[in-house]
Amino acid sequence: MLEAQVSQRLGDFTLDTSLAVPAEGVTALFGRSGSGKSSLIRLIAGLGVPDSGSIRLGDTWLVDTQRRRWVPPHRRQLGVVFQEARLFPHYSVRGNLRYGMPRAARADFDDLVELLGIGHLLSRTPGRLSGGEARRVAIGRALLSRPRMLLLDEPLTGLDGARKQELLQYIRRLARDTGVPILFVSHDTREIGALADRVALLEEGRVMASGPVDEMFARLDLGPRTGRFEASSLLEARIVAHDEALCLTRLALLGMPEGEMLSVARLEGRVGDAVRLRLRARDVGVAFMRTPPMPDVDCLPATLREIGDETHGPFVEVMLDVGGQALRARLTREAVSQMGLHTGQTLQARLRSVTISRHDVIVM
Amino acid sequence: MLTPLEWEALALSLRISGVALAAILLPGIAVAYLLARFDFPGKTLLDGILHLPLVLPPVVVGYLLLVSLGRQGPLGQWLNEHLGVSLPFTWEGAAVAGGVMAFPLLVRAVRLSLESVDRKLEEAARTLGASRWKTFLTVTLPLILPGILTGGVLAFARSLSEFGATITFASNIPGETRTLPLALYSLVQTPGQEAAAARLCVISVIVALIALVASEWLARRARRRLEGRHA
Repeated sequence: MLEAQVSQRLGDFTLDTSLAVPAEGVTALFGRSGSGKSSLIRLIAGLGVPDSGSIRLGDTWLVDTQRRRWVPPHRRQLGVVFQEARLFPHYSVRGNLRYGMPRAARADFDDLVELLGIGHLLSRTPGRLSGGEARRVAIGRALLSRPRMLLLDEPLTGLDGARKQELLQYIRRLARDTGVPILFVSHDTREIGALADRVALLEEGRVMASGPVDEMFARLDLGPRTGRFEASSLLEARIVAHDEALCLTRLALLGMPEGEMLSVARLEGRVGDAVRLRLRARDVGVAFMRTPPMPDVDCLPATLREIGDETHGPFVEVMLDVGGQALRARLTREAVSQMGLHTGQTLQARLRSVTISRHDVIVM
Repeated sequence: MLTPLEWEALALSLRISGVALAAILLPGIAVAYLLARFDFPGKTLLDGILHLPLVLPPVVVGYLLLVSLGRQGPLGQWLNEHLGVSLPFTWEGAAVAGGVMAFPLLVRAVRLSLESVDRKLEEAARTLGASRWKTFLTVTLPLILPGILTGGVLAFARSLSEFGATITFASNIPGETRTLPLALYSLVQTPGQEAAAARLCVISVIVALIALVASEWLARRARRRLEGRHA
């Protein structure tokens, strides 16, 4: 568990916030550029000194300005991966990986190298790595220093779609297999949807809200902050069948009655695997219960929980309950009034399979 | 190939410059680090004083050395009483003169390469558990090695060619302080020694060329090790 309560003036910007990161899983620190994410990470890592406040990691005080305590960065046991990989140009990949490695971590070396898929790079020099490879090496280097927590500062920025997807897979595998808690800085809701268990929303130097990722995605009031266009829901499901002939995978949402299924493009996972599904609000529609089904639209029984309070503009966001999970939908204001939608109403949530891309489905 | 006198002057020159370089190398790196990485009151003044030997006439530097390190000088007296060392008119004194004249060149070169080191790499090392000192030895030092090589060769060459401060502080004693430039000067002053002077001149040029080529080669090798590897 990491607890920070810090304030620091940086020019005409003030970082003044508290942040709690649990001792397990992936916590995302979300905010636009200039919201103070990187400054906060630097304070936690010991690369900056807060004007006042304290930071505690487990039962160790890293900073306490009142008691004049400050642990230097090399004694904090925090692994940091920066936006740029910051590999040492005068060491080989192997040398970089071993840089902070204590004797006790030697046994982990081979496993981690394999987990990150960097075995074939060991004797190369950092200058000859691609962006994605360099970041994987940087993550490995940080992990081999046996950190109590891993801080990732926008590790995916600047990578193209495929590399980003690949690195996301690696990070998720790390979080699952190594048990090291991760604090992950990002301004991209898609990355957060794919990786995080919890989210803290940072705005103008202050954590405005924090909580489990699905709840945070489901909060309509945070819409303007998380970016309206990308507003989406995260849903837990599992694979129930593959249809090889049609190249489709059928998913069942957790909490839904037997037989209610979603179809998505063929996935890699096995039947029974858990998946996390990101559905954009603009791809979800609603219809009355008796509306007949259509071949390429999946219909799920849903209850209308909440209607957004927008009074201007063409669109309104509504929150649906599908088997206990929250699903956002964006409708026109016209539809909401003409359909006479009200909370508690039973509806169909309608989804077209083609709007769910492979990147939106993560096999856990 | 070389006459005993030429050998003597050449060997003396190399010894004096080598000792001078060895003596200023670590302080030079330390001062360069201080100037490149820290702000403190009097920094500009220190910087100015360090650069004085570059702009003052060398004879002035030699005179100041004589005043401070001579038998009557405050530092010289102390050295003589406590360590039994007397520097003026000895080869050690010539090394001091060469070192003082070469110091600013070394500091400048090292400082320049320190300022071009990516501080983010040092931060990364710190987060990986390296203390300040370990970070310096394992990250900063290897990265500034080309600058240290260049500065070192420059400083060596500068003290090889040192004349004014040396003749003022250490005089021109055959076998003790008569380095290549002083020997050449003596020959030029002696009628009928034009041929010998010309030979010494050629020797000086060859030594200087070797130093320059060696420095270029070393620096290029060191740079190639780092080149294109900034990920």
